[in-house]
Formats: sequence, C-alpha cells, structure tokens
Amino acid sequence: MDTSDELLQQASPGLARGLGLTRQKAVRLSPSFISWLQAGPMMLVFLAFFLIPLVFVVIVSFWDYNEYQLLPTFSGRGYTDTFEGCIAQLPDLCTIGKTYVKTLKLCFMVWAITLFIGFWVAYFLAFHIKSKTWQMGLSLLCTIPFWTSNVIRMIAWIPLLGRNGLVNSGLLKIGVIDQPVEWLLYSEFSVVLALVHLFTFFMVVPIFNSMVRIDKSLIEAAYDAGATGFQTLVNVIIPLAKPGIVIGSIFVITIVMGDFITIGVMGGQQIAAAGKIIETRLNALQFPAAAANAVILLAITFLIITMMSRIVDIRKEL
Amino acid sequence: MREGRPRSFYVLAVFFAAYVLFLYGPMIAIYILSFQGPQGGLTFPMNGVSTYWLSKLFQGTGIVDLGAAFRRSLLLGLVVMAITVVLSVAAGMAFRRKFKAQSILFYSAIASLIVPSIITSLGISLEFRIIDDLIKAHWNENFETSMGLLTSGLGAHLTWTLPFGLLIMFAIFNRFDPRLEEAARDLGATPWQTFRHVVLPIILPSVIGIGLFGFTLSWDELARSSQAIGSVNTLPLDLQGLTTTVTKPDIYALGTIISAVSFAVITLSLGAIHVLNKRQAAKGSDAGKGLV
Repeated sequence: MDTSDELLQQASPGLARGLGLTRQKAVRLSPSFISWLQAGPMMLVFLAFFLIPLVFVVIVSFWDYNEYQLLPTFSGRGYTDTFEGCIAQLPDLCTIGKTYVKTLKLCFMVWAITLFIGFWVAYFLAFHIKSKTWQMGLSLLCTIPFWTSNVIRMIAWIPLLGRNGLVNSGLLKIGVIDQPVEWLLYSEFSVVLALVHLFTFFMVVPIFNSMVRIDKSLIEAAYDAGATGFQTLVNVIIPLAKPGIVIGSIFVITIVMGDFITIGVMGGQQIAAAGKIIETRLNALQFPAAAANAVILLAITFLIITMMSRIVDIRKEL
Repeated sequence: MREGRPRSFYVLAVFFAAYVLFLYGPMIAIYILSFQGPQGGLTFPMNGVSTYWLSKLFQGTGIVDLGAAFRRSLLLGLVVMAITVVLSVAAGMAFRRKFKAQSILFYSAIASLIVPSIITSLGISLEFRIIDDLIKAHWNENFETSMGLLTSGLGAHLTWTLPFGLLIMFAIFNRFDPRLEEAARDLGATPWQTFRHVVLPIILPSVIGIGLFGFTLSWDELARSSQAIGSVNTLPLDLQGLTTTVTKPDIYALGTIISAVSFAVITLSLGAIHVLNKRQAAKGSDAGKGLV
C-alpha cells in the first residue's frame, strides 16, 4: 500500500474500504477467540512460571533427600526436619517457632510504621495538594526510588549508620554519647529501618488511590454538620480509605514475611526469619526441606491475607 | 482557597519533606561517596575527590566482571520490558470484554504479585531441575541444564513485571472513553485500525509507563533471580554478593553505575511521556477549528 492510500485510509477508513483498499479478512474471528488470543500469552506465562512451579513446591516438599540429590519418593522428612524438637521442647518454642514469632514481630513493627507514614503522606498528597500538576510531581517524587535498586538503597545506610558513620560521629560531636553506638547497623533496628525505607511506597499508592476517590463534598458535609477535623478523619476519611489501607497492608505484610534479602544484608546475615530459613536450606541443597518451609510460609501468609480481607468485607456488609 | 492554608497543611508539609529526605538522603550519600579519593573508605569524610573507584570498575580490575554482568542485565531488562509491554497491552484489551478464565488470570496476577518472591523463585528452580532430570533420563545423558538467563530467569522476572503491567492497563481503561472507538467503528475502521489509529495513540504515554516498570523492575530484580537465574549473575546479584565482603568504595561505585542506568531510563521515559502528553493536548482535539 502506498502513501496516498495510507493517507486516505487515515482520513476516511470507510471510503478506503469502499474502494477495496483494505485487506478484508474472509474469516471473521469470534470475540471469544480474540479474547483468548489477547489474554492467552499472559496466562501461559503465569501457568509456566508461577502456577506449575507452585505445584512443584508442594510436591517436592513431600520428597526425600540426601546430601547430594532429590529422591522422588514420598517422605515427610522435609516437614519433620523442620519441626524437629517442637514437641519435645514444649513449653519452650522450637527453632522454627521462635523464627516465626520473630518474623511476625518484625512484620508487625514494619506494618505499623509504614501504615503511619504511608497514611499521612497519602493524606497530604490527596487533600492538601490542590493542583493536579503538583500532585503528579510529588507522587512521582515518591515513586522514583521504587524504580531504583533495593540493594543500593540498603547499602546506602552503611555510611550513615556504621560504626564511624554520620550518625555516630554526629552524636559523638554533640556529646550525647561517648562511644559509637553499635546497634545502629546490622541489627534489628537497621532491618526495620531499611524495610520501612524500601516498602512504605506500597502503602502510599493504594491509600492515595482510595483517598483521591473520596467525594470532597462528603468532607464538606461533615464540617457543616459540626464535626471536628478529628471526627471527620475517624468517621469519614478512614472508613472510606479502608480498601487502600487493607491492600497496602497486604503488600507490606507479604513482602516482609517472605523477605530474606533485606533481613540478610541489613541484619549482617545474623538474624533468623521465615524467608532466611528457605534460603539456608537451599544453600545446603536440601530442596524438600526448603520446599516444606515454603509451603508453611505460604500457608501462614495466605491465612493473614484471608483474615485481612475479611475485615474489609465485613465492614462493607455492615 | 478560603483564608490561607490550615495549620495541618504546614505540619504535614514538614512531615512529607522529611519523608522525601528519608527516601533520597541515603542514596545521595553513596553517590557522593563513590567519588572518594583512592585512599578513601566506606564512610564520610571524603578523602579527596576522584573517579578512581568508578574507573577501576570500568577497567575490569575491580571486584566484578562489570562488563559481562552489565550486558546480561541490560539484555534481560530489555527483553522483559518488550514482553511485558506487549502481553500487558494485549491482556488489558481482553479484559474490556467478558471472557472465560478472566478471574483466573486476574487472581493469578495478584497472587504472583504477593506470593513471597523466594517461593516463586524456588518453584521455578525446582521445575527446571525436574525438566533437566527428565531430559537427562530420556533423551540426552550429556545435557547440562535448561536453566538460564533467558529461560528460567526471564520467566521469573515476568512473574514480577506482568502484574504491574496488567494493573496499569486496568487504570488506563478505567478512564478510557469507549465512544472514541465507537466513532471509529462507525466511520468504518476495522478492529485493528481502531486499535492502531485510535486506541494506541491515546494510551501510548501509559504504555511507556509499563515499559518503564518492566525495565526498572527487571534491572533491579534480586529475590526472584536468586534461585532461578542459573549459573550466571546479574548486576544486582553481584552487588548483593559484595555486601558481605567489601570494605572499599568499589561497592558504592557499582551502586552508582547501576543507579545511573535506572535514572537514565526513568528520565527518558518520563520525557517521552511528557512530550506525548503535550502533543495530545495540542493536537488531540480539533474542536472549533472548522473543517481542515
């Protein structure tokens, strides 16, 4: 097709078709076939690289293993090894129990802090910034770090929190401490700090989305009816922002539950966590044990998500 | 604005500014520190200013084979970006009609986003190990492995980027006016022409956004790569490996280079989106211009 035809086509496709310039297909594709064509490739990717792998995780968790290889025979060893001593040590918690308690504690701290920061950042963007351009610009400012490397953003704390870092030297100079504080880096503190630093974004976005959808006249109405700012916040804004809060919480909690990189790097590879157990088992090439731990982690994560999505649905029905 | 801003504005503005400082401060610190003098250490103060550590990386005398890892990460990022854009746009179009398995695809995407990365990574590595064993047992005893950058590695990255792509497409079509397509159809456009000349130009800025997510998420991906990438390393994996051993500013130099690529891609994409939006605003409507 030459240029003039193309021009005609753009200007008036109908005329072009009338003149027989478009290659009409003899066979009309049915709409459902087109849908399959459009959505099929993505479905295949998820099937091949997500759903089938998950099935393999469950299957392999019931296989046996020795020091070198997988043995495809049924065995509960992956699980019994994981829960070793759990009954004998009662009422004390066994290793896996302690690890999960610790992970949940970490998770709760990060969740509470990211929720607080995320809520107020989103609130500021949604209700205090009136101009759309500024809203876009400031949201972008919050998003850009998300497009850069997580490891770099973890390493970035070293010059600040290290033994001779900025924080320590600053505190020494003003005389608050007379010896460098050791717990700033490679500690639970630095793990929580880095997780908050990395993942508050996942809280800000959904909460902001919920908040911009709130009809501003509802807030006006609350004020007109004599509600104080605090009452409006608790009775109008928070309930309406709840879907965003729940979605953000699900993101943050699942990320922290499965994290092993941040906890590894910022904890100096010394802090145990649910994700780290899997990594340790993998490094020892104990795949069934790693898979068993993955199944346990998946089950607990799923349980938390189910509980959280209940909160929203129940509220909706009331 | 009625009578100036309320006090809560100023409180929250300070809070927001502190958050932004918290986000960017540490990153900026390591960019500065990568210009340490040759005698400089891992922390402030700067011991002279030089490009010693950066050039050391490029000469290949540093800690990692930067060139090879760089090329691998770049290749993987670009392939992931292209596939993410095409599959997301296609699937996004499909979601505008009802089709069977719609909810299966939707829930797969959401699950893929929130199932901990290490589990997905482990699953893919098990899958490929089992495939390898099958090939060795039945076809070729000398077969090495089917795991690799563009097989298992690519798949692992796609499970992370595709959900984002799909969610962005949902956001686009939520505010897309279907009357524009009806108008095109009424004028006799074929479905493909409607897509090519009406839908695509309108959604193009957001499609670039999907590309931006696709590339940057792959470029920095770590957790899913960890088990599924095979025997080679990507840049972030090399960087993570260094965190436990390195005591010199090499690591900051490497971080600065990785970030420079991210920022270049971000600037390029945002620039393109800006230009396209401008053009749409200028040429998008011919209302009031009479017949041309």
